[in-house]
Amino acid sequence: MSRALETAGAWLLGLLWALPLAYAVWTAFHPAEYATRFTPTAPLTLVNFANAWAAAPFARYFVNTTLLVAMILAAQLGLCTLAAYAFARFAFAGRAVAFLLVLVQLMIMPDVLIVENYRTMSRLGLLDTLAGIGLPYMASAFGIFLLRQTFKTVPKELDEAARVEGAGMLETLWRVYVPLARPVYIAYGLVSVSYHWNNFLWPLIVTNSVQSRPLTVGLQVFSSVDQGVDWSIITAATLMTSAPLLVAFLLFQRQFVQSFMRAGIR
Amino acid sequence: MSDSGAVTGTDRAFRANGVGAGRAWSVHVQGWLLLLPAAVLLVTFTHLPVAATIYHSFFSNPRPGRPAVWVGLDNYRSMVEDPVFWQVLGNNLWFAAGTIPLSIVLALLMAVWVNGRIAGRSLLRLAFFTPTVLPMIAVANVWLFFYTPGYGLLEQLTGLLGLPSHNWLGSRQTALGCLVVVTVWKEAGFFMIFYLAALQSLSPQLGEAAALMGASRWYFFRRVTFPLLMPTTLFVLVNAVINSFRLVDHIVVMTKGGPDNATALLLYYIYDVGFKFWDQAYAAALTLVLLVILAAVALGQFLLLDRRVHYQ
Repeated sequence: MSRALETAGAWLLGLLWALPLAYAVWTAFHPAEYATRFTPTAPLTLVNFANAWAAAPFARYFVNTTLLVAMILAAQLGLCTLAAYAFARFAFAGRAVAFLLVLVQLMIMPDVLIVENYRTMSRLGLLDTLAGIGLPYMASAFGIFLLRQTFKTVPKELDEAARVEGAGMLETLWRVYVPLARPVYIAYGLVSVSYHWNNFLWPLIVTNSVQSRPLTVGLQVFSSVDQGVDWSIITAATLMTSAPLLVAFLLFQRQFVQSFMRAGIR
Repeated sequence: MSDSGAVTGTDRAFRANGVGAGRAWSVHVQGWLLLLPAAVLLVTFTHLPVAATIYHSFFSNPRPGRPAVWVGLDNYRSMVEDPVFWQVLGNNLWFAAGTIPLSIVLALLMAVWVNGRIAGRSLLRLAFFTPTVLPMIAVANVWLFFYTPGYGLLEQLTGLLGLPSHNWLGSRQTALGCLVVVTVWKEAGFFMIFYLAALQSLSPQLGEAAALMGASRWYFFRRVTFPLLMPTTLFVLVNAVINSFRLVDHIVVMTKGGPDNATALLLYYIYDVGFKFWDQAYAAALTLVLLVILAAVALGQFLLLDRRVHYQ
């Protein structure tokens, strides 16, 4: 009895959680007159997507977001790998203090330093550029921490064996440490891509033209400018914006969940 | 064979004589060189901005032809006298008080359900986790549609129940609560996976032993499972607290802080002051308040970590 009640509760909550997405799918794939009328016989259509795509430069926004996410991830992987290697295997002077200073960024993320970072970007002449959006996130304390933990578990013997074979510092890093940390790279990569694909406030502040706007900001500009009531088009645009991540998530569900888990447990 | 032995021997002798000191030096140089690129960016976009925030909060707001001048505590004085600031701070506390316990309890409930032998559990896990990967800005549009007065889904549901029409986001009483719901919906599934991981690492023998001794499931959960999950709860708690001061994307879409600032949170107010009224000096002072709050969270985490949470 109580089992059945629990199952019912779980399903109720599950339905509630799926409702917004289901609602968006319904509205986006049906003609506007069915946006709020749930008739099972309503005809399906793709016209809302076509209209949304034509109403704003979404192609450009897609290119911008893709470039932005790729640029941030590439820089993060490079910078964090080097720094993590230093923290894991080099007993350099000031290591403990430097590590503590890195960890500060875990609490004070670039998201909250918008005022001063805007000033910096304006001084560097990077306002309204993809580099301006990405730079504050490239040295990620989170990435450094995660990779440092992983590198510390690599047996020192492997490192020494590579050195004996004549491999230099960077070659050892590349041939011994990086391959062994592959699952962590995948986990970090997925989390980073989802974060920056979805990031909004800082890009909103830094950008002001189609040339550099990512999808999230583009979607906001599109749906707030007098589209006001055309929910069919807005939900179509909304689904379009989320589609790449959503599809990737549905395909690699287990990988995603494990990545978020691995990245979260420190 | 003997040759290579000789080489290693010389190598060792070589290191012992003086080159060892060179190697020790190179450890420092190499370590700092590896760290350098990341350190430059971290200092430029985290540490210096924190220092600059403090510094600029003691100056007036620069305007064209009128550079910033030292004003001492003026920005803080106007902050104390600014009723909107206090309202925003209050909103943020309510927002935190609403989202933190609700999302943690729901996350735990979801994890327990999905971890058990419930029918359709992979579908349930999918439903719970999906909001995590969706852009807040996109789902906020859908929720906005949900809450729309007149024909939104919520209105249709309450209409079916014969309740009077209500403008959920337009009313000062309900707007903040609506945002709390959206936030809980967005983050509960994310927190769920940490509980799920922790639950899966618990020994199943514990449960079997408890069942043998006739303990009820609730008793077992309360006295065994929940205490063992304490480190996870702390981790989730810290994240939930940070999120409650960091998540403002949905405000931009859904309410823009209104009605009458009823839904403005601290970071949103900073954005408003800094980038709509362009009062960057006052925005700096407000940012410092946010930084102090985050520092307090960090300190609390540090102090709590050593106590009460480690059972192993």
